[in-house]
Amino acid sequence: MHRRIMGLESEYGFLFTNTGDRIFPPERALEYLFQGIMQNSWSRDAFLPNGGRIYQDTGSHPEYSTPECDRVRDVVIHDKAGEQILSRAVEAVTHQLEAEGIDGHLYVLKNNTDSAGNSYGCHENYLIDRNVTFWRLSRTLIPFFVSRQILSGAGGLVRMADESVRFVISPRSLHIREKISCSTTSSRPIINTRDEPHSDPQKYRRLHIIVGDSNMSEISDFLKVGTTALVLEVIEGGGLHDRMSLEDPIRAIREISEDPTLSVRVRLESGQELTALEIQEAYLEACRDFFHKEGTTPAVRDMLDLWEKILTDLAHWDEEVLGREIDWVIKWRLLSRYRDRRHGSWEDPALAMLDYQYHDVHEKKGLYNLLRVSGCVDRIAGDSEILSAMEKPPQTTRARLRGAHIREAMEHHRSYTVDWTYMRLNDPPQETLHWADPFNAAEIP
Amino acid sequence: MSQKEKESRKRDESGDPTPESEVPAGAQERAKKVQEEADDILDKIDEVLEKNAASFVKSFIQKGGQ
Repeated sequence: MHRRIMGLESEYGFLFTNTGDRIFPPERALEYLFQGIMQNSWSRDAFLPNGGRIYQDTGSHPEYSTPECDRVRDVVIHDKAGEQILSRAVEAVTHQLEAEGIDGHLYVLKNNTDSAGNSYGCHENYLIDRNVTFWRLSRTLIPFFVSRQILSGAGGLVRMADESVRFVISPRSLHIREKISCSTTSSRPIINTRDEPHSDPQKYRRLHIIVGDSNMSEISDFLKVGTTALVLEVIEGGGLHDRMSLEDPIRAIREISEDPTLSVRVRLESGQELTALEIQEAYLEACRDFFHKEGTTPAVRDMLDLWEKILTDLAHWDEEVLGREIDWVIKWRLLSRYRDRRHGSWEDPALAMLDYQYHDVHEKKGLYNLLRVSGCVDRIAGDSEILSAMEKPPQTTRARLRGAHIREAMEHHRSYTVDWTYMRLNDPPQETLHWADPFNAAEIP
Repeated sequence: MSQKEKESRKRDESGDPTPESEVPAGAQERAKKVQEEADDILDKIDEVLEKNAASFVKSFIQKGGQ
């Protein structure tokens, strides 16, 4: 498998509820949150010493972008590190508000939907070969993304038009309206055409994917990015084609999401009708064949094996095993057990609360975190790796250079301007460092 | 009787293997353990789940993002 630059951006849900007599606007609580991350700075857009970036995005969401990673595992570790950074900031703000005598609760949720039908995203970025025809690439990828939710869907309860509530595999899927477009907020596509490679545009383009859910489960997160990276390499290598093109991908993505029994069949342009599992199995097989011919590595083998294992567990519906592994089944089990305990229905507000609180980044209040601490979920990353990634960039990409220079400038109280490809030290002699090549982790002499 | 007490009683009842049962003892033990773990985690969730669920859900409205 060749090296590829990858990263995730997560928009977090944010809520501050004022419970005391002293009015404190949510806007200020968000300000405090940013200050809890970048002390002594009132900026709402900052690159961090770990090479990542935290900023306020469209719709007043805190958004965290991982640094450039060249290994799938690193993407997961840095995505989780972003959660931890926000979790710590929430704690800091809570103490600060207490000290100031302000009563209220701050919630930061790594999810994608609110109670009013709005959505905010998890954006995946993959640096791809400029020479691949974008049309062929997109057509080949669409059925993959439509069906990928059975691996990496977050699961969730959705209120339908008739006020009934149902469980869906991917809440984000219900907000997808187009196949390909440049839109991000109004008519969201499966494949977004934003193309900012932050590197040599002659050689690379950036593939920007906004169809996926944010994940709490490290295994779902790993599969989301890992299977995509495998499929991209096969397409770049001339393999796979669009024989699985769907008649109506937007309808198909919704139908698959709304069917946790995984039995719904979606119609291909060829007239054939397949389940999401069958579509995923076809992509897995194409990847197995490709890497068998082209040569494989332990990392590729592990990814293919995990992909196959989860598809097999899904086919046999091994709920006990899957309920430790992937988000939507973990949540499905929690919600259905909790519903039965309360002798309630999906409409019970306590279940909606459980659904949201699963994504709370708070170490004690967050329900995924509770499962993690209780040893009820299987994992990819180690706690020490995640802790380390809060401070330290990946050592194999240019993020290493960005992180090191930011840290140095902060230690010496120097003023600087930094972006993905450069850093300028503002004090005379105004030295500028350029990092045009994301694959280069070594200082250029 | 509180919800919790009801649940723990139910657990005791279902956890007691009956002599006529044809399910192998090992499988029963395992099922019992799984059930106990599940109840245990639901108890923990009960402790931390926001009590004001209805008002939280109503107020959790975000401006749409990307």
